[in-house]
This record gives sequence, structure tokens and C-alpha cells, in this order.
Amino acid sequence: MVTFEKVRPVPVSLQPVLSMKGISKTFTGTTVLKNVNIDLYPGEVHALMGENGAGKSTLMKILSGVYAPDQEGGTIRYKGEHVQWKDPLLARKAGIGVIHQELNLSPNLSISENILMGTKYPRNKLGGVRWDEVHRMAEEVLVSMGSDLQPEQLVSTLSVAQQQMVEIARALSYKAEVLIMDEPTASLTDKEIDGLFSIINDLRKHGVAIVYISHRMEEIFKIADRYTVLRDGEWIRSGPIQETNPEHLVSLMVGRDLKDLFKRKGSLYKREDDHPALEVKGLSDSTFVEDLSFSIYPGEIVGFAGLVGAGRTELVRSLFGVSSMTKGEVWVQGEKVDIRSPIDAIKYGVALVPESRKDQGLFLDMSVKENILLAEMKAFKKIMKLNWKEFNRSADNYIRDLRIKTASPAQPISGLSGGNQQKAVIARWLSTNPKVLLLDEPTRGVDIGAKSEIHKIISELADAGLAVLMISSELPEVLGVSDRIFVMHEGRITGHLQREEASQEKIMHYATGGN
Amino acid sequence: MKSALSPNHQPNSQPTPPQGMKFGQNVTLVWNQLGMILILILLCIVMSFVAPNFLDGSNLTNILKQVSVTAILAAGMTIVILTGGIDLSVGSIVALSGVVSVMASQAGVHPVLAMLAGVGAGYLVGFINGVFTAKAGLPAFIVTLASMTYVRGLAYVSSGGYPVVLESNTFRFIGSGSILGIPTPIYLMALVYLVMFYVLKYTMFGRHIYAIGGNAEAARLTGIKVKKTLVNVYSISGLLAGLGGVVLAGRLYSGQPTAGNMYELDAIAAVILGGSKLTGGVGKIQGTIIGVLIMGVITNGLTLMDVSYYSQLVVKGGVILAAVLIDRVRS
Repeated sequence: MVTFEKVRPVPVSLQPVLSMKGISKTFTGTTVLKNVNIDLYPGEVHALMGENGAGKSTLMKILSGVYAPDQEGGTIRYKGEHVQWKDPLLARKAGIGVIHQELNLSPNLSISENILMGTKYPRNKLGGVRWDEVHRMAEEVLVSMGSDLQPEQLVSTLSVAQQQMVEIARALSYKAEVLIMDEPTASLTDKEIDGLFSIINDLRKHGVAIVYISHRMEEIFKIADRYTVLRDGEWIRSGPIQETNPEHLVSLMVGRDLKDLFKRKGSLYKREDDHPALEVKGLSDSTFVEDLSFSIYPGEIVGFAGLVGAGRTELVRSLFGVSSMTKGEVWVQGEKVDIRSPIDAIKYGVALVPESRKDQGLFLDMSVKENILLAEMKAFKKIMKLNWKEFNRSADNYIRDLRIKTASPAQPISGLSGGNQQKAVIARWLSTNPKVLLLDEPTRGVDIGAKSEIHKIISELADAGLAVLMISSELPEVLGVSDRIFVMHEGRITGHLQREEASQEKIMHYATGGN
Repeated sequence: MKSALSPNHQPNSQPTPPQGMKFGQNVTLVWNQLGMILILILLCIVMSFVAPNFLDGSNLTNILKQVSVTAILAAGMTIVILTGGIDLSVGSIVALSGVVSVMASQAGVHPVLAMLAGVGAGYLVGFINGVFTAKAGLPAFIVTLASMTYVRGLAYVSSGGYPVVLESNTFRFIGSGSILGIPTPIYLMALVYLVMFYVLKYTMFGRHIYAIGGNAEAARLTGIKVKKTLVNVYSISGLLAGLGGVVLAGRLYSGQPTAGNMYELDAIAAVILGGSKLTGGVGKIQGTIIGVLIMGVITNGLTLMDVSYYSQLVVKGGVILAAVLIDRVRS
């Protein structure tokens, strides 16, 4: 791994380029931000930290002109002047750049157009766009950040990391002096992260102030100069990164010690007693998953670690019948099965909690209870209608058992926090009475408190006899919850670790292709 | 559970408590519940002043009778739009169903069977729409645009381009008869809406429609038979359009290949006026009937005021824009 020499700015001797004081924001009676302060100095990477819902994104939206603070709700000074941007475009013109977690690019346009979008393109005499000039301008920006991307290339042909480069290039093209990066590494590999960090270092040298939002502690300590922690919409603390450590930051974020991060005690089941609940022999699929063999026993949680793109999601998708496998055999409870669709999978007792809750899991406009029982509605079918009395009773049971916090079972699920939404999706799969539970990043986008509650639920499910396959890109989660760990790299299993011998270092070794 | 993490460590898990609701929020709440009903009532009040005899009992019955065909189409359109789709073929199906059923009746088929033939023709077209949309994965807009065209063509071809006269009195009864002084189409319309209300609210099929429209990918991963449900949805839309065609033929005493022209647009407008979202997942059948009535009241009122058909179109288009705009502004 590359290490970076940090160019430490000396903030005391400088004026902040941007300073937000006493920012408050209320949405229809709910206070989201209370009196928050943040100062950004030129050439610093400022980590903005907090649990989900702590107010980070609202603060950044105020900074970038999407929202206005409340009346009397604080002031923003930018380059010594009092500012109040009415819309994001004005903020952008003034030099506030934002790189969102979900990239905002037009896939069917060229890199140049994406970089220069929203500016006036150079024209020829007839008023037509001078494409050679457009590409040249884009190339200039790309070269300045050491990227060798071709400006004519379509964005749809780029990897996520390359797309991020384009986003950064766009921010640079309008000379951003403050750059907000929201979870920029969420879908990058380690190598790509290194590339991103060297660009950030470059930007830092050029005096750009960077707000860096990330949940990954390791990165924060690698790249940030200072930090600010928010909790429940309040400013908790700011300071230089050298004067803190991960445990301290976490305790600031959650307001409690994180000794109680969930730690599973190990499987209650003896493996020799039983047949595997899931056995996979030589599975390959049409993408790049190749020759995977493993088995999972009842009562056991098997973690699948690896980098993003290692083929873990593809694996569970073909086990669940979403994508098709080209070779290999799958056995569920000693029976060879041929799963071609999610309907087949459910029939054989296989359940999948998918990677993206919003896109693949939730029915946001529907009630909590329907979200929970949608997969098993036929169990409540009477001749022509549904037995709603039984339905409601069953939903109540799940809400209670999984400790889902909702005002009422009939409330739309969109009103729940991420953690509770995730519990509802897990409940949906429990309702199908599965033997094998596949979890793809079960706690992504869930705040720390809810995280360990979900870990506990997973552990309880295994103790009740379920075989659990859990994909997770967060090593502490894999280490804390799994009984055994498989590590994947580029579509193959490269490592198999028992919980006692597993460590972050060993997993990373296998995940990066070591053997 | 003896969790070390007590529940109150989770922010945002509880929605805003209802206490301390402001006046503005109450208004919003009332609006969400009543919204378009208020517009309908307002429209009726205006019409009762400017249009002569608007409030007469016979006129009100007349409005219901006039909207019945569009209403039946709009009921089918509602479930299609709830899944995030669209069905442009219903107007043409009205024509085909009318022609087919009247021709069957003229050929000596029992009137009830003849009517069923019309409904069946509609079902068949809907089924084909469904297969191309759900199974072949083509966009519903294109698929039903095509069937709108070929079905209209079939109506012309089978009738030779001329209206087919309907002689059976039993058949005429479905469009022009009345029971206890109330026209038959109104009963049919009421029946369609009651059944649809029940289906959408209380059956698995209905709930799956909402699920698919809300998030098709999640529905598939949840093991919902998405394709089968979609085929059924389009088939039902076709079937109801077929029913609408039979009713219209019974009212016109003929099957006309030009019948039902642009009815699909009236049906879509009614559904949208009724608060459904074109993106799917959101909407209610109760809303659709309100939308239908808004359109019906405008047409009726303007006719009573002797406004020409051409001008009526201008007003109707304007009202649709205004109503949807008001609806957007509030949210």
C-alpha cells in the first residue's frame, strides 16, 4: 500500500477560506441542525464525521446552496465575504464543488461534455460547438490531475473509479476552492483509492479545502488533517486528526464507548452432527465467477470477504436464481437443486437480502407490514381475498421479534431509519421460512447503533439453525460476526479462515490476490 | 431483549410525533385526503350557476351515463398505470369490440354470447399487449401504440369501414336500458369500480400491482411473479375496454369502427387527475372515478351552455393542465 507524505497546513496562521457559524436548519418542525460551526482552511482535508442522520449531508447541502439555513440560522463567510447562495449553480460558480456519493454523470455523453457541462462551450462563427476546443479544454484538466483518460471517450465505458475522476475533473474545471467529497471511496478498490488519495494530495498542495465525508476510519487517518464530528444535528467537536484516534472518534459520534460492538461467540452447532444446508460444487457463471466450491452448515455464519468487484454479489445472485450459472452444482439440504428464478430459490428455502436496500429491497410507498410479508402473501390467501387479520398479527410478530421501530405497522416504510428498513427486509425473508439466508452487505448505510443490533439478530438466526452466508466489505463486521470466513479475489476463492485465526491482515492478504 | 444498545440510541427511527401540528399541516392533510374531490365540488358549484339545469336529477344521471364508458376504461388504465405502464390501445379496442360483438349479434349469435365475444376480443388484445410488454420486455408505450394502430385497422377491416347496425334489443339494453330508472351502464360502471376497489385493496393480486409499480426489481427478488401479474394487468385493461365497447355499441345501436377515438387519452387524463403517478406504485381507484367525473362535469356543463365541441376541447385541455398543476403545487 502506498503511503502519503502529508502536507500539513498550519491553519492558525491562515484565514479560513470558508467559515460557517451557528448554522441551524429546521424542516417542518424537525430540527436537523442546531448551531453548527465549521471552518475550512485552504489546503486542508477536513473529515466530516457522524452517524447517518447526524446532519452531515444537510450541512453540506447548505454549504453548496441546495438549502438555505433558517432565518437567523447562522452565517456563512466565504473568502472574507458574507454569502448566501440561492441555488447550487451560484455556489458552484463561486467555487464550491461537490462530488456526490451517487455520481451525477450523463453516461451517453463524452468525458469532455461531462466535465464542461453547464459552461458555455466554445463556438465557431456559425454558432456550432468547436469540439476540438472542447476536448482540448477537458484534456487540460485531466492532464493537470495526472489522468490519462481520453476526453472523447463515453462515460458509460468507464469504471466507477474513472467516473469519479471525471467528477473531480469537473469540479476542477470551474476552479473549485472548496471541494466536498461524499463517501468518495465507497465503490473503489484499494488501488483506486490510492489513486484518488494522490489526487487529493495534489489538490491540497494547490490550496483547495476538501471536506471529506467517510465512514472508513482507516482512510480518515490516512488522508485527513482535521476533523469535525456531528451528532444528532449538533456540533460535537473539531480538531487536528493527530490528537484523536478511531475509538475516540467513534465515541464522539455515538456518544458512547463502542466496546459493545457486536462480537459473536461462535456457532452453537457441531458440524459433524449435520449435513450442510448449502453445498456449492464448482460453480461458475457467465461473468467471471469461476469454480467456487464451499458448504455451509446449519447454525453457522459464513462470511464472504473481499474487495468490491471480487464476484461475491454475482455468487449470491446466481445462487438465488437472479443470474444464471454456467457450470457447477448447488445442493440445498442434501438435495440437488436447479434454481432458475427467485421463485425457485424461495421454494427450496433460499433467501437473499440484496445489496441495495432502496433499489432492490424496499417498496417505499407501501406500509411496513406489507413490506415485511410481501414475499409470503400467498400464505394468507383465502378464496378471493387475503386474511388481513392473520396478516396483521404475523406482521406484528416480526416487528416485535426483530425490534423494528415504527410508529405503526401501517406506516409507509419510507419513514423508517435505514436500520429499521433493513430489519424489515430481513423479516420479509424470514417469513419465507428459509434454510439458507444469503446476506449481501446487510448493514450498508446503517448507523453504528443499528448495525450491532442487526449483527445480533443475524447471530440469533444462526443459533436458531439457519445457515447464513454474509457478504461484507467491512472487515470488523466480517470478523465480529462470522464463524468461518471465505475470501474472494477476482471471481475465485483465495482464502478460507476459521474465526480464531482470522485477522484483518490475513483477509486483506487473500483479498488482494495473495495465497 | 437485553440489548446493551437501548432503542433511543437510534436517531430518526420515529417519525415526527403528531403533537403540535400547525394549521398549515392540517390543511395539507385535508388536501391529501380530499384534494380532487374539492375541485370536483367547486366545479359543480360553478356549473350550477353558469349552466342551466345542471343540478337537475336527470342531468346528473345523464353525466354518469355519459362518463360510464370512459370510466370503465379508466378503471383498467388505473391498474396499468399503477404498474408503471401505459395502455394506448383501449380506444381502438372499444371500436373493435363494438364491431365484433354487433356483427356476431347480426349473424344470429345469442346477444349475450355476442357481447362476450366483444369483451373477449378486448381481453385477447390486452393479453397480447401483456405478452409483448412483460415477456418480451418491450416498452408498454410502443407495444400499445402498435396495437392502438392495428386494432383500429382490424375494426375497419372487419366492418368494411361502415357502422354495423345493431338490432337485438337485449344487446341494446346494456347501453340504453335502465333498471329502476337508472341507466344500465351506471350499474356496470359501479360494479367495475367496486370490484376494482376490492381487488386493489384486499387481494394479493392488487397488492402485487402496487409492489411491482413501486419497485419492479425488488418485486422480482421477492419472488413475486412479475411477468404473470403484468400480463394479467394488461389483459384486464383490454377486457374492460372490450366491455366499454359493448356498452357504447348498445348505446349507439351500432358497432362503429370510428368509435372510441381518443378515449385512451381521456382515460389516462382521468387517472392522472385522480392522483396516480405515471411512474407507478401510487394511486387509488377512488381517485380515478373523481378524475372521470371532473372531466364529465366539464363536458356536460359546457354542452348545457351551448359551447361548441371544438371550444370544449380547448377548455378540457386547459382544465387538465390546471388540475394537475394545482396537484403538483400542493406537494
